[in-house]
Amino acid sequence: MKRFIGFIKKEFYHIFRDKRSLFILFGMPVAQILLFGFAITNEINNVDIAIFDKSNDATTQEIIHKISASKYFSIKQHITNEAEIETVFQKGKVLAVLVFEKDFKKNLTKENSAKVHIITDATDPNTANSITNYISAIIGSYKMEINKNVNLEYQIETKSRMVYNPELKSVFMFVPGVMTIILMLVSAMMTSISITREKELGTMEILLVSPLKPFQVIVGKVIPYIFLSIINAIVIVLLSIFIFKMPIQGSLFLLALESVLFIITSLSLGILISTVSATQQTAMMISLMGLMLPTILLSGFIFPISSMPLPLQIISNIIPAKWFIIILKGIMLKGVGLAFIWKETLILAGMTLFFIALSIKKYKIRLE
Amino acid sequence: MKNYNVIEVENLTKKFGDFTAVNSISFEVKKGEIFGFLGANGAGKTTAMKMLIGIAKPTSGKAQVAGFDVFTHPEDIKKNIGYMSQKFALYDDLTVKENITFFGGIYGLSRAKIKEKRCELVEELGLGDIVNELVGSLPLGWKQKISFSIALLHSPTIVFLDEPTGGVDPITRRQFWEMIYKSANNGTTIFVTTHYMDEAEYCDRVSIMVDGKIEALDTPKNLKEKYNADNMNDVFLKLARNSS
Amino acid sequence: MLPIIFVLPILQLVILSNAATFEIKNIKFSYVDHDKTSFSRALIEKFDASTYFHVIANFPSKKEANAAMAKGEVDVILEIPRYFERDLLKQKNTDISVAINAIDGAAAGVENVYINQIVQDFNKKAKVALLTPTDMVNTPIDIVAIPSFWYNKTLNYKTFMVPGILVLLVTMITLFLSGMNIVREKEIGTLEQMNVTPIKKYQFIIGKLFPFWILGFVLLTVGLTIAKVVFNVPIIGNLGLIYFYTAFYLLVVLGMGLFISNFTDTQQQAMFISWFFVVIFILMSGLFTPIESMPMWAQYVTEFNPVKYFVQVTRMVMLKGAGFNDILPQLTKTIIYAIIMNGLAVWSYQKTT
Repeated sequence: MKRFIGFIKKEFYHIFRDKRSLFILFGMPVAQILLFGFAITNEINNVDIAIFDKSNDATTQEIIHKISASKYFSIKQHITNEAEIETVFQKGKVLAVLVFEKDFKKNLTKENSAKVHIITDATDPNTANSITNYISAIIGSYKMEINKNVNLEYQIETKSRMVYNPELKSVFMFVPGVMTIILMLVSAMMTSISITREKELGTMEILLVSPLKPFQVIVGKVIPYIFLSIINAIVIVLLSIFIFKMPIQGSLFLLALESVLFIITSLSLGILISTVSATQQTAMMISLMGLMLPTILLSGFIFPISSMPLPLQIISNIIPAKWFIIILKGIMLKGVGLAFIWKETLILAGMTLFFIALSIKKYKIRLE
Repeated sequence: MKNYNVIEVENLTKKFGDFTAVNSISFEVKKGEIFGFLGANGAGKTTAMKMLIGIAKPTSGKAQVAGFDVFTHPEDIKKNIGYMSQKFALYDDLTVKENITFFGGIYGLSRAKIKEKRCELVEELGLGDIVNELVGSLPLGWKQKISFSIALLHSPTIVFLDEPTGGVDPITRRQFWEMIYKSANNGTTIFVTTHYMDEAEYCDRVSIMVDGKIEALDTPKNLKEKYNADNMNDVFLKLARNSS
Repeated sequence: MLPIIFVLPILQLVILSNAATFEIKNIKFSYVDHDKTSFSRALIEKFDASTYFHVIANFPSKKEANAAMAKGEVDVILEIPRYFERDLLKQKNTDISVAINAIDGAAAGVENVYINQIVQDFNKKAKVALLTPTDMVNTPIDIVAIPSFWYNKTLNYKTFMVPGILVLLVTMITLFLSGMNIVREKEIGTLEQMNVTPIKKYQFIIGKLFPFWILGFVLLTVGLTIAKVVFNVPIIGNLGLIYFYTAFYLLVVLGMGLFISNFTDTQQQAMFISWFFVVIFILMSGLFTPIESMPMWAQYVTEFNPVKYFVQVTRMVMLKGAGFNDILPQLTKTIIYAIIMNGLAVWSYQKTT
């Protein structure tokens, strides 16, 4: 045991001597949470649009006013001919052009119907779709307004309630994701690098020749990172509570336990990576290139899994991050207990065992 | 005292698939002996050594190190040997003192014992204030001497040195060999691989490996006579030429 | 190492491009029908018929429905009140309530729009069926909004994501590798060897940069081929223009990598710092989330993000057929960036270290 403690102490020396890595280690989560909280959102906000008003009458003015009054759009310019639409899109200045047909008001009063074109730059189809939806919604509500006096009868009204996130803050969605990514990458990358580092520098050989058991060497290298990751998790949770007013509905204790489980999952993945890579460079490339994008894209962090093609939905099941995000959202935002997330917890635990078993197997082969 | 064997190897073989890296080698090393283990790159000397220090499993044969069988008791072997690799594997971002404490610790030395050893070491090597400096900032020669001393920290029966003098100047090499002699005189067995043939002359006995086999094993003097050569370099060249 | 440099990114490009969609479909829909009349069933059928909603369950009470939402089994609960049909027919108005899982706020917004569309549509049809001809004198006014999606009529998000992810992979690999390069030599000790040779600073740097510069082009070419062959992404503009731009862009990335390399002692540090910047660059590049939605200060910050320009240029040229003049602002900024980055890299590389 004494040997083991000395070993862990050495590991902490490594970590604390390396100020730059330490800075990134703790700066990263803070920077990411702040970015996601303040800057990054997948909502539509202040999108620049252009207006091509062929009619220019009271009604079109009113609709334009409604649109510019919403927080979603700001009207960047007015254009006067068809050809200009192409130019403004080409320059990338605006994302949508609203075209009102000629004699808009006249058509509306005479024929009870008038047309407006919503032309969007659909190179970004996601945004284009949202823009179209939002403009349609604004026009729809205008329509309701002018139809106020007509046919109040037989009206079905929908009362929507936004559960778990009434203000639709996107930070609520991103906090669990950022926390997952940080814990995953930091734990997996740090362990795999620090183990391969010893291999590369030749100290691993010395350790293996010493009476320390390989098992002790690995566990000793991993323990400090459990501590660091826990600190990271705490920082993220505190930031989200105090800066973004995100409520933690469920039990903090359960949250802590689940986080530790996920940290161990990631660490064991890191160990597995280190057993298959001989150099730090390889370990880093595998843990960064191999983990970063799949974790961001397939975990439901930014993109909804249910919208993906079926094969990808199936693949997403092997991404540990997916399950942890479900657990985090459950505890933090929905306030559920273990009864609701035991399945996800079990999956993570199973994955951890699998990674560890595989590492042990690989490790033995290496020593042959 | 001098006459019992601390390493006994009989028909030791290591195969990687179809390739036989070490082909049925046999030899003994006596206590307190400086045993030179020579061979060209790829001749199989590192693999042979790895089997002896318990980090590679032999395919067949028999071997005992410090009285323990490499097949059944590799963990006991580890407690009784010291090892220094060609990379002077100390931690660059730890101070000399921390390195000593760490390595003493993993060999299970008590705190008092570590302190005692450290003081001894400081005096012997004339380390002075250097103990509190990061190893990374020291010149190669220093690192190498400290590395060797650390391999001896737990007073092992045998020390394995894997090409310990690569890349250092002749004066430091000379000093290094003086350290080796000193510890051999204290009864530590030295098992050293090298490809500096002048260093081979310093050994009590040398074995020369060619293509996985031990082609020659004797004192440097006898070998030179047998192969009718002026120095070990010629012996080595003659042997290597015969094989290819 | 080679498989990691080539196979991993290509696999990711092929697989992950399918994942990056904000398109909302297969919404997990459930309902609690307290009314159980032909009217309420007709409304539910409308949801069932929609491609957006996937009716998963019907719950006898709100309590069970809420539990299912907590478990994550459903995302939308429609609750039809008792006497829904009777109220509509007698009092001529009624209301239904909808609960939406709003953790993903943006998705919840879109889901709400879809739900309202369906209910309104149902409502309109119901009115037509129920209103007597005398009521019909007063026809409601209609404004028809006709959407058209330029450059990507079918809203195929892959044409959008593939160029973006391609850019990302090229950036990541070249930055990581170049960032670790000099540091690796420092760590292994070969840098000392280099320093005693008569090689000049700039020669050394160019010698270091060049292989990765080429590597960047190879990755780009492979990626573009995949974009065309696998995803059938239209390449409207001039490919030469993309290569021309990339030549300068890669200089920025490599310069940055070397700069990081010079300021770090271990590969681990270099990797960490590169990683830090890459993550921020990706998130602020408009690759996944629109820059236009960011607050003004953040939009200014993105001006310093080279990845943003590369993403913009590839998308503009490939999808919109932009020409040299259109990408001139991005190109100019990138060239200035390249000069500064490489100046810093050369300056910070001390032969004495």
